[in-house]
Amino acid sequence: MTANYEVREHDVLIIGAGGAGLRAAIEALAQGASVGVVCKSLLGKAHTVMAEGGIAAAMANVDPADNWKVHFRDTMRGGKFLNNWRMAQLHAQEAPERVRELEQWGALFDRTEKGEILQRAFGGHTFKRLCHVGDRTGLELIRTLQDRGVQQGVDCYMECTITRLLMENGRVAGAFAYWRENGRFIVFKAKAVVIATGGIGKAWPITSNSWEYTGDGMALAYEAGAELMDMEFVQFHPTGMVWPPGVQGILVTEAVRGEGGILRNKLGERFMEKYDPKRMELSTRDVVARAIYTEVREGRGTEHGGAYLDISHKPAEYVKKKLPSMYHQFKELADVDITKEPMEVGPTCHYMMGGIRVEAETGQSSMPGIFAAGEAAAGLHGANRLGGNSLSDLLVFGRRAGMAAAAHAKQTAYASLENAQMQDAERELLAPFSNKGESPYAVHRDLQTVMQSLVGIYRNAEDLGHALSELQMLKARAAAASVEGSRMFNPGWHLTDELKSMLIISEAVTKSAMARTESRGAHSRIDNPDLDASWGKKHNIIVEEGGKMVRREVPIPPLPDDLKEVLAQE
Amino acid sequence: MAEIVLRVFRGDASGGAMVDYKVPVAPGMVVLDALYYIQGHLAPDLAVRWNCKAGKCGSCSAEVNGRPRLTCKTRMDELPKDEPIVVMPMKSFPKIKDLVTDVSWNYRVNKKIPPFQPRRGADWKISQLDVDRVQEFRKCIECFLCQNVCHVLRDHDKKEQFAGPRFFVRVAGLEMHPLDGANRARLLKDELGLGLCNITKCCTEVCPEEIHITDNAIIPLKERVVDEFYDPLTMLFRKMRGPSEKRN
Repeated sequence: MTANYEVREHDVLIIGAGGAGLRAAIEALAQGASVGVVCKSLLGKAHTVMAEGGIAAAMANVDPADNWKVHFRDTMRGGKFLNNWRMAQLHAQEAPERVRELEQWGALFDRTEKGEILQRAFGGHTFKRLCHVGDRTGLELIRTLQDRGVQQGVDCYMECTITRLLMENGRVAGAFAYWRENGRFIVFKAKAVVIATGGIGKAWPITSNSWEYTGDGMALAYEAGAELMDMEFVQFHPTGMVWPPGVQGILVTEAVRGEGGILRNKLGERFMEKYDPKRMELSTRDVVARAIYTEVREGRGTEHGGAYLDISHKPAEYVKKKLPSMYHQFKELADVDITKEPMEVGPTCHYMMGGIRVEAETGQSSMPGIFAAGEAAAGLHGANRLGGNSLSDLLVFGRRAGMAAAAHAKQTAYASLENAQMQDAERELLAPFSNKGESPYAVHRDLQTVMQSLVGIYRNAEDLGHALSELQMLKARAAAASVEGSRMFNPGWHLTDELKSMLIISEAVTKSAMARTESRGAHSRIDNPDLDASWGKKHNIIVEEGGKMVRREVPIPPLPDDLKEVLAQE
Repeated sequence: MAEIVLRVFRGDASGGAMVDYKVPVAPGMVVLDALYYIQGHLAPDLAVRWNCKAGKCGSCSAEVNGRPRLTCKTRMDELPKDEPIVVMPMKSFPKIKDLVTDVSWNYRVNKKIPPFQPRRGADWKISQLDVDRVQEFRKCIECFLCQNVCHVLRDHDKKEQFAGPRFFVRVAGLEMHPLDGANRARLLKDELGLGLCNITKCCTEVCPEEIHITDNAIIPLKERVVDEFYDPLTMLFRKMRGPSEKRN
């Protein structure tokens, strides 16, 4: 019974129109499926546009010695061996082909003198590996995929927000959504769903993420019964802007360091010598972020509580050409000319390594018919992601999820939609209009304060315990939050739904961080500062059971001998 | 802390009014921060589009003190402090609510443009010079500010005949791609209405990405159309040999 709602049918429904969602859509279409892409903003605005540095792919255009094995090894080492090794293998093997394909669809990258795709150095990558176009690689990627998808016939539902996955007998049947413009409901019937909604940066106040990064897809999957994995691994990018306050958190691309940028403290010391003398500024993000944090905490920070990042020793024309958006960003927002003066930078919440637990080959979650790709999925990056491995992740696993979702749809009939689920989704969505509580914005601000102060770069059991009890109180406040105005394009109302997602995911992060009594990659416990070998053998799993959030541990599958050999090489 | 008044349009297609909000000002604050403050503290139903908050997605376009701007890149300290900052939605698109307008027409225009088609036998070796030339057009973040100020659209509302500067930039990016083999000259002339542009350069002035829309995209495309359709020699050739593939 869906008489009251606008209903659309698609073999494959894709939630999210960033790189992973669009790549999945293109692939599912190519497999003959009817595809709908639902995005909560306008097409082409997804967080992928903000990716700057490049796409990691062992094409060996600049360093001929590069190959997939080295890329695989770098990824596993960067992830402190918590990665799903099969994903890391597929990713390293398939990334070059995905980049070439993008080029055949019209993307243009910077070139070598021989006319091949140029590759730049980046943290944790042994060789120059990042295919890029200046510092706006993400825009190039999303525009290419967007146009390809539109021309191939993707049906796109813009400014449409999925609030619940509809299930039948333990498999996905569709999704419940509403249109931002008029607040009307729409129901999607689908044989398979691909979740490609990205991360959760908006739960922290200082973030490089788009303001719409609220963990929606992970929360949808969790509520539908799917498992989340390794949620404690939240990457703080070492270099966000720290001044002025309005721009705090905005990303300063790692490409600045890739192009030769140097980090100094207020005493003028090149402090990375102390933390990673071998790789210096191009150490992995977890190491550089902790280094800057430590310098500031020990009193050697800059005026506004950061470190200096300096590229002004390079010729001004070179800086403007290789880092054009950084040049403009600092000039316009901070009155700093980066060709002449250093930037002030500090850590900013950047990326979620954890997410929906998926099968490596297909992106299938633990629930039949629900697939996930990109940042919303877990596995590839382990405990810490290398720069450049995200855009390649979107392409490699977006394609795989789209292919598998289409195959799944071929063998599946539409399930019937249960009226009760839709009515319940509607009731839940409309509740804030009759609630008598506070504004959802107030709850959101307090959530951000909790996550920043208690679940940040450095963690300890006491803070995390405190955060868990704070989150319970915030959940109650969020459930009672009320909204003003009509259902027409109402951001306060929209936030009540996002807040629910952010709270679920924040709790998953905190619970997992509490359990992992070691420091590994992006997860640093002051009270457990060392690696613990036993924790290196297992993943944290978060799942809903009987209405409660439950945490379990599962062993990491053993590495096959051929990959062991690859890892052992220098 | 200093306060400033934002005078914001509140309403929809059926009408509305300007409403004043007092907002505390912090160093380096941009207009979008002020709007976000209003959402967070004074009017939670104030409709504003935003995503990246970093000048990269082109969502938060509005008219600030009469000038079309990205609100995330418009600093408060650049605006007069002793008078209210007036924030209006983009005028050339139908109002949905408050600062949010219906920009769906742009997405319909985009669908008309044939995508990149690699030339037969392309070897994918490209020179950096060719990349640099096209880069400018591919920087576009689709904020639609150029569409908003173009008088063909803003004053004459010729949306059915005219694609607007954004899509000439897009076509220029495709046409000048070193390996593209499609010919979009007829499309430019007949369906996208390139001839209606009389190069007043309003679009170029508002582009937050500083794309030289008129000089580098529109004028070369106009020349291409002229070569294709109005050059007597080419016309003669076409009569004899059928339509040409693109010349680069």
